[in-house]
Amino acid sequence: MPSTLFDKIWTTHVVTDRGDESLLYVDRVLLQENSFHAFDKIRREGRTVRNPNQAFGFSDHYVPTRNRELGIDGIRDPEIRNMIDLITSDTETYGIELFGLGHDYQGILHVVGPELGITQPGLVIAGADSHTSTHGALGAYAFGIGSSEVAHVLATQTLWRSKPKTLRVTISGERRTGVSSKDLVLFLIRTIGSGGAVGYAVEYSGDTIDELSVEARMTVCNMSIEAGARAGLIAPDQKVFDYMRGKPMVPTGTQWEKALAYWETLETDPGSVFDREVQIEASEIAPQVTWGTNPEMVADVTGSVPDPDVEQDPERKNRMTRALEYMGLHANQMIQSIPLDRVFIGSCTNSRIEDLRIVAQVMKGQTCRIPTMIVPGSEQVKRAAESEGLHEIFQLAGAEWLAPGCSMCVGINGDMLASGERAASTSNRNFEGRQGQGGRTHLVSPAMAAAASITGQFENISSYAEAGSWNL
Amino acid sequence: MEPLIQISAIGAPLRLANVNTDQLFPARFIKKPRDVGYAQYLFHDIRRTDAGDINPNFSINNPKFETAKILFAGSNFGSGSSREGAVYALYDSGFRAVFAPSFGEIFAANCLKNGVLTARLDQETIESIQEELDRAQEPRVSIDIDQECITLPAGKVVKFSLEPFQKHCLMNGLNEIDLSLQFNEEITAFEESHRRTYPWTAL
Repeated sequence: MPSTLFDKIWTTHVVTDRGDESLLYVDRVLLQENSFHAFDKIRREGRTVRNPNQAFGFSDHYVPTRNRELGIDGIRDPEIRNMIDLITSDTETYGIELFGLGHDYQGILHVVGPELGITQPGLVIAGADSHTSTHGALGAYAFGIGSSEVAHVLATQTLWRSKPKTLRVTISGERRTGVSSKDLVLFLIRTIGSGGAVGYAVEYSGDTIDELSVEARMTVCNMSIEAGARAGLIAPDQKVFDYMRGKPMVPTGTQWEKALAYWETLETDPGSVFDREVQIEASEIAPQVTWGTNPEMVADVTGSVPDPDVEQDPERKNRMTRALEYMGLHANQMIQSIPLDRVFIGSCTNSRIEDLRIVAQVMKGQTCRIPTMIVPGSEQVKRAAESEGLHEIFQLAGAEWLAPGCSMCVGINGDMLASGERAASTSNRNFEGRQGQGGRTHLVSPAMAAAASITGQFENISSYAEAGSWNL
Repeated sequence: MEPLIQISAIGAPLRLANVNTDQLFPARFIKKPRDVGYAQYLFHDIRRTDAGDINPNFSINNPKFETAKILFAGSNFGSGSSREGAVYALYDSGFRAVFAPSFGEIFAANCLKNGVLTARLDQETIESIQEELDRAQEPRVSIDIDQECITLPAGKVVKFSLEPFQKHCLMNGLNEIDLSLQFNEEITAFEESHRRTYPWTAL
């Protein structure tokens, strides 16, 4: 019987079944500072960590993006410093490798995992963060879990799971110039809704997905959770194999050959049946901008803010009205007329080297009109950008070139929007207060964020790119 | 974990879809140790006005629903991040059950691990229950987990369904890790075979 990529990974990881649930073997577990509750549980219950070498710790959510040369002393807030101390001491106690503050490979867990080869096709990866779906871009079944489940994996190397339904999202056609994978996934969430994929494992396919780079695919899988799907997967192809080769934790020699032979089988067989199918035509997609407080509240950059008064459903109308009130926008306002205060370029969605290259293309020779933070996803990305001279382009334009971490995506390291401040952000969530209490977030692609930084408003980056130049 | 068998308590309506974990428990409180008590952080920002005052229009601020232990919420409740603090905040505030048309999956899994029941009811049923709770003088609701039913203030009984495994865990207050460790031999055997078949995955 033909089977899907997801089924192939699932089947090879079932230890035992019990009713509707399977005990699933977990190959890797990824931890971050907020995992302290999990370690507390391990201690309180007197457990041991079964396979510490299959767990990896990351300091990313609370690390400062400035004054990094000061190390831990650069953090003034004692509660934030405590979070860095906890992941450091907990991973040390249990013999878990930590990519911590000062480490050559420090960075956001979803950036570092793939770039070190911790992430590989065919693995089951559980992460203490909802954006663990990112790793699915390499053909892994990867999903976020809470602290209790982190403790469960640490103690047993397994998790109880009921099998999700499968949804295939097929994206076909040529993207317009300047339209990125971020625009594709925002358009998808706009189409199916932020709860549209609850209960499903999503496989992305189609010629538009095939054509995307591995890093661009990570952006798509990353935001699966914003449509409600815990996991998003893409079948690994030659691009993925080329990406994997030579990564520090990827096998070499005959092991590489064996791995590769297996990875090549990880595709959905023709004739496989999905529980649900969604088709998206890429050529119709313009650069996308969120206008509200949920990632499904999205408009074309050339469009306008919707009017709650034309919404029939009272609950929806209520939410739209509240979103406009919070965002300080009015019905039918043109997206391109919204004045911005700041730009944030970073996060596990868009902080990889390819993202930064696009930002540099737009910013080259230009001047930022509004304060702009550029936060690379990892020390490796930072070094790569600096070796290409991208940081000089950013700094000459007047943008801040900072040290790697989650930074203003979630605002818990102290990088925050002030109340009422409005930002164009390459991150993944525009929830109320997400980037700081009272802060207003518009989610966009890296090119759109860079353009917004130059003019202080949203630009139709496609029209510039189609004219043959990224320059505004 | 405390076994959850029957609950008789005040039920509160929350007429909002897509309530996310940032709304349930803002990220700035994640760094607080659990022993400070997370009740003070539940719905911290959305239960207040933009000026910071308690918003009397937010349902659970209504004195009638002050002691609620059961929530009847909108679709996609608990979407967003994996932070378990969102569940700790509900639990510490006394909540033991949430009903909604759909849930953020990580949130629902986190609830189960902490002895908080989540179960789906269709949109129409949720809306009619919300209205009844608003109308009722004493919006008391009883839940029988074994029978998978809710008795509403006016006596009407509504059925819900639970996966047998989840029901078993909730009703027995099982620590899942203890349960899973009973399969230790199977896990070890699986692990050895997995490492033989996919040797490059072993670390």
